[in-house]
Amino acid sequence: MDWLSRNLPYLLAGISVGGQYALIAIGYTMVYGILRLINFAHGDIFMVAGLMMVYASASMPMYLSIPLVIIVTVLIGFMVERVAYKPLRQAPRMSVMISAIGVSYLLQNLALYITGGLAQQYPHIPWISDQVTVLGASTKRVTVITPFLTVILVVLLVLLIKKTKIGMAMRAASKDFETSQLMGIKINSVISMTFIIGSFLAAVGSLLFFSNYTSVTPTVGTLPGLKAFVAAVFGGIGSIPGALVGAFIIGICENLVMLLNQYVSFDISNFKDAFAFALLIIILFFKPTGLFGEKQTDKV
Amino acid sequence: MKKTRDAVISVILIAVLLGTLRFMELHISPQSQWAMLLTVLKKGSIYALVAVSMNLLNGFTGLFSLGQAGFMMIGAYTYGILTIPAAQRANVYMYYQGGIVQFALPSIVGIVLGGAAAAIFAFLIGIPVLRLKSDYLAIATLGFAEIMKVVFMWDSLGPLTNGSNMLRGYPTFTTILYPFIVSGVCIAIIVMLINSTYGRAFKAIRDDEIAAEAMGINLAHHKRIAFTVSSFFAGISGALLAMYQTNVQAKSYNSAMTYEILLIVVIGGIGSVTGSVISSFLFIACSEWVLRFLDETHVIGGFTVPLMRSGFRKVVFSVIIMVIVLFFRQGIMGTREFSISGILDRLTGKSKKKSKGGDSNA
Repeated sequence: MDWLSRNLPYLLAGISVGGQYALIAIGYTMVYGILRLINFAHGDIFMVAGLMMVYASASMPMYLSIPLVIIVTVLIGFMVERVAYKPLRQAPRMSVMISAIGVSYLLQNLALYITGGLAQQYPHIPWISDQVTVLGASTKRVTVITPFLTVILVVLLVLLIKKTKIGMAMRAASKDFETSQLMGIKINSVISMTFIIGSFLAAVGSLLFFSNYTSVTPTVGTLPGLKAFVAAVFGGIGSIPGALVGAFIIGICENLVMLLNQYVSFDISNFKDAFAFALLIIILFFKPTGLFGEKQTDKV
Repeated sequence: MKKTRDAVISVILIAVLLGTLRFMELHISPQSQWAMLLTVLKKGSIYALVAVSMNLLNGFTGLFSLGQAGFMMIGAYTYGILTIPAAQRANVYMYYQGGIVQFALPSIVGIVLGGAAAAIFAFLIGIPVLRLKSDYLAIATLGFAEIMKVVFMWDSLGPLTNGSNMLRGYPTFTTILYPFIVSGVCIAIIVMLINSTYGRAFKAIRDDEIAAEAMGINLAHHKRIAFTVSSFFAGISGALLAMYQTNVQAKSYNSAMTYEILLIVVIGGIGSVTGSVISSFLFIACSEWVLRFLDETHVIGGFTVPLMRSGFRKVVFSVIIMVIVLFFRQGIMGTREFSISGILDRLTGKSKKKSKGGDSNA
């Protein structure tokens, strides 16, 4: 029992952070599935959502600020696509990726300007930030609800993609971008919808993430963003269940490194963040299409 | 005949340039507002080298790599570790009983070894990573840079890298000519490489991998060469940057640094060496000097200009970059090169055919 209560927090934290990575990873994997673009700005959208929450909650009650933050984040995601990616639709893929890096740079500098470079304290959200005790281990309630919320959202998303008309359009567009256009699919609205869903999930993810790690800085989005992307690649880019599995694996393994750190004589806690990248390189080496990815062949 | 003319002109121009730099260095006092110009020139020349080395990969070989900051870090650390005077070591490595390296090499040897260390790492990393295509390659190299950063800050490596503390106390350059000459020589070597058979093979790979392979170009071999050479020069520029900054700290070589270098390459024009050089000076000048006034509060006749406070410079700057990325995708130079002989020909009204592409100046 003692052993359990000592080690359980790591596992719980792992599952929880895995769920948060999953919510971000879906945004990456959906965009990549359709546009073949690594949306480098996605991690920063996540950061912006966190930052807006800090400012919104300072001036209005929680039941207003949470929906407002989600709506504005979705709007920002939509705008970023319209302004920075849409004009480059015919351009080489590299240009779009550079544009994404530019947007990321802009959002970070904007956040730096607004915060003045100081880390902002994330507000205490009633109920989900409260302490609870699970099997003798004390933790925040957000840790417990994250995996469930994540799975519910993913199931809803899969239903949306499998059952609705826009979902069908998305599947068609990710299968073959050009042909789907010829079949009368309004590709721009499909892409916008992808960004809207991705930003929505990133906003929810940021609510959960920052309730646990309560300080928001302009560069806080980079690392979770990259890890979420690794999760998406690990699961097979374009595949939503794959992203979910990959994110949970990364989240749990990361915290297992922290757990292991207690038992070894030298400090390896720094390697927590490097783990995701080591995993990425291994997976790309052995199975470049990821766990659930489709095999691709090059045509000359 | 024409070649000798160009060579003579180049030598004269280089001499004039170095002379002017030396003159400015001697005559601009540190208090004057022009002192910033010297800083810009020093840092700009270092960034020019790393930008050109990135351009060799991204622009000429078509390998989209984002590991440049990581290789710079390796160069900077190697330089620092090998050149700190033995007397200083106890002070620098105060948490690690003076570290394990107890000798100091001359600084130029340190620079070259910095490049060599980065090249060795690149060679090893390249074995798995270069099998990947476009954006996967980008993310994998970015990941490697992150891992490298963590490894260098690892406490157990402290006797070598000083853990998360900074390295300092190593020899730095005393004259502005130093970074200019080292960068200039390195860029000249890169240009020679680009104009060689290897360079033509790189361009063939960039334009169409499959066609290049069909023409008998060994893809893996050439990609490895481009990657290793580019990292070698990134390592050298890292060592120079370490000299410029007078201290090395792993956490400053982050992905934001790689992004900045990438943006420099894009602004200059992907596939143009002179473009990269020009844009690194412009970039550094804008971010360090010209746009500084945006960070200060201005009051004009009792009216405070809104928005202008600390950090506004970077916002304006990134908006400018976005405009360039979106609307001027060719950058300053596109794939053209700025060349003295091209301009001379234009001026004397000789051949109009040679004004595009052609040779580049050193």
